[in-house]
Amino acid sequence: MNLVINGDQKSFTEEKISITDLLKIEKVEYQDMVSVQLNEEFLRSPDYPGTFLKEGDIVNFLYFMGGGQ
Amino acid sequence: MKDFSDEELERYSRHILLADVGIEGQDKICAAKVLVIGAGGLGSPIAYYLAAAGVGTIGIVDGDVVDLSNLQRQIIHTNAEIGTPKVESAKRKMLAINPGVTVNTYKTMLEAANILDIIEPYDFIIDGTDNFAAKFLINDACVLANKAYSHGGILRFAGQTMSIRPRESACYACVFDSPPPAGIVPTCSSAGILGAVAGMLGTIQAAEALKFITGVGEPLYDTLLSFDAKKMDFRKTRLRKNPRCRVCSGAGITKLEDYEQPVCDLKRPE
Repeated sequence: MNLVINGDQKSFTEEKISITDLLKIEKVEYQDMVSVQLNEEFLRSPDYPGTFLKEGDIVNFLYFMGGGQ
Repeated sequence: MKDFSDEELERYSRHILLADVGIEGQDKICAAKVLVIGAGGLGSPIAYYLAAAGVGTIGIVDGDVVDLSNLQRQIIHTNAEIGTPKVESAKRKMLAINPGVTVNTYKTMLEAANILDIIEPYDFIIDGTDNFAAKFLINDACVLANKAYSHGGILRFAGQTMSIRPRESACYACVFDSPPPAGIVPTCSSAGILGAVAGMLGTIQAAEALKFITGVGEPLYDTLLSFDAKKMDFRKTRLRKNPRCRVCSGAGITKLEDYEQPVCDLKRPE
């Protein structure tokens, strides 16, 4: 399956990938640190395990950045 | 239109030469009121550039005093000002670069009880704070008061920013919903920040304010601009207003509450 993750084309051999799986595959260490956008819609974390990806989906992991001082 | 003196015409000549800005644009800049929240890594370049540009009234909010560890990136402060309130130090430099602007200082930390009064007189608000409690509070207040604003965040070698036109474009809570649990997300004081990265993001925010004031170009509405200075990768993520946003969708919020989060807390293993 081909997905676009944070702007990069990536191929996956897995046939069924949930958002939770993808977070693991992409080594996102702290789920609380990212906001997940699937085809421009924001997902809620309780929906991650039940949201499965399909060919060509566009996923963005947007990271919290709290600094400024 | 304002009656520009010869000195002002010369001072602002490089703006006036810009076909998109011109004398009308400079007139708007001189009439504008912008509030900078945080006189630190982001606030330093923001305050400098807004003052230099001639933004007529600039408010600056910060409850801290200058610390030695600030000076690696907070370029509006100097060694001699360690221990001085940051807003006083910043005001001195802003008036030194341009005595023609008015600088209002607020030596306080923003909270639900004072933020609406502080932002009320300003046309555009800039978030240069260092913690999520403040960032979410600024978002909530700007949505409630219908004030356009610029969000900014930096960490290590990275930065992100978006401009928000409340109820018209995606707000910060559309993207990030609510503050992450305290202690998980690293902040500058605990994770570090390359000083120049603060300058990179702060100048983008200052440019966004000037674009908003003059109406030039397209502000970063519905767009999260992120960069990673390690590879100098810049990326824009297209955003849409979140129909389930707890702050700006439907009735949205009707009153402000403080978010609880210790400033610059971190227990994250490196």
